[in-house]
Amino acid sequence: MIRLRNLRFKYNSHPILDGVDFAVDPGDRIGLVGPNGSGKTTLCRIIMGLLKPEAGEVEIFGKKRTEEADFAEIRGRIGYLFQDSDDQLFCPTVLEDVAFGPLNLGKSTEQARRIVSETLDLLELRGYEQRITYQLSGGEKRLVSLASVLAMEPEVLILDEPTSGLDEETSERIANLLTASRFTYILIAHDMELLTKTTNKTFKLKRGALSQIV
Amino acid sequence: MHIEEFALGNSSIHNLDPRVKIVAALTFSLIVALNGSMTTCAVAFCFPLALILAARISVKKVLARLLAVNVFIAMLWLCLPFTVPGEVIYSLGPLSISKEGIIAAFSLTLKSNVIVLAVIVLLGTSRVFTLIHAMSHLGVPDKLVHLFFFCFRYAQVIHEEYHRVINAAKVRGFRPYTNIRTYRTYAYLLGALLVKSFDRSHRIMAAMKCRGFKGKFYILDDYQMKSFDYLLAGSSLAFVLALLVVR
Repeated sequence: MIRLRNLRFKYNSHPILDGVDFAVDPGDRIGLVGPNGSGKTTLCRIIMGLLKPEAGEVEIFGKKRTEEADFAEIRGRIGYLFQDSDDQLFCPTVLEDVAFGPLNLGKSTEQARRIVSETLDLLELRGYEQRITYQLSGGEKRLVSLASVLAMEPEVLILDEPTSGLDEETSERIANLLTASRFTYILIAHDMELLTKTTNKTFKLKRGALSQIV
Repeated sequence: MHIEEFALGNSSIHNLDPRVKIVAALTFSLIVALNGSMTTCAVAFCFPLALILAARISVKKVLARLLAVNVFIAMLWLCLPFTVPGEVIYSLGPLSISKEGIIAAFSLTLKSNVIVLAVIVLLGTSRVFTLIHAMSHLGVPDKLVHLFFFCFRYAQVIHEEYHRVINAAKVRGFRPYTNIRTYRTYAYLLGALLVKSFDRSHRIMAAMKCRGFKGKFYILDDYQMKSFDYLLAGSSLAFVLALLVVR
């Protein structure tokens, strides 16, 4: 589904990715680890087309992607959960935020409302529709962000430290949801316990190079 | 949020269709602004007054808002009486105060206050996002609606970031004094605020793109005119027409 070939990326002339090859196939549950600043988020942002690599090839869903228009096509099909939920939630109410993606993908308002209530049910957030997003707690914000990503019914998920800073209960809710799901995903995390529970392979990014460790 | 302090109530005015509110506020303001006579202004004053009573919003807070507006109007009083040519009623050395100037300043004060009152009670009693939705329902061009939406949204973001940086300074014992160090610290805080807000706006844009944003906002709420909406729309229209006759 995703193929990255010989990817290079520099940040202020400091190489972050130095010839990275990476592939995601249907059913993969990939853990991505590495020290802070090693380029895990950069790698994901390149997949989403938010950053442009200096060299290398990005192939997603069987097509080479280079321009903004190429990436616009894939953004509904790959769901990206940001590290900081405050960046992700920008609509006033939970309903509007979760419906934002489906509406952009051309769903009607009735369909969008139905998707929102189904997604909120899935995350045990029933009745949250009219809550004000910036007044939610940290854990609730993360769950609503996840709902807003899942509402687009993506084929692949990229989750950037989905449980960091959350209490045990909420972390477990997210971990259980992932384990029980059939999603293909890339999960960035530092928590090895979470990774063993939710992933079937693990890659490590260090000094610009990617290697499989599990 | 301070900016929406009047929007939190629950009265017939709060629940009015926001489209009716926008159209009513716009036509009322235009008529008052373009109409020259003081009588009209005085009669027009009844309109926001009745609405304020119906909306049950705090008169004290409304007056506080009006005060802010009148600070600007005070500037007009500082120049208009001296600059509008006409019958001199008082001389202050080389400066002379004209009767026409006083009348112009007075008329502007009256008009501005009446208009601002109407805007506070009509638009201030709706959430900003509701008004933004209503604007696009009324056929305001998408670009303008987006501009308005992002201004408001980022004003909030910058406001939050401001509190974050100022608190970060406070918890490390920063207390403002009148010295170079304080000024330098404020400059740093302002710099940090700008850079952080800029970065955050980029990340929010990225998050929007990731969820398929292609430059168009879709609206979930659909407005249905209720009988009270028709009633208020009708009576506002009648009132505005009456103002035209009164002059």
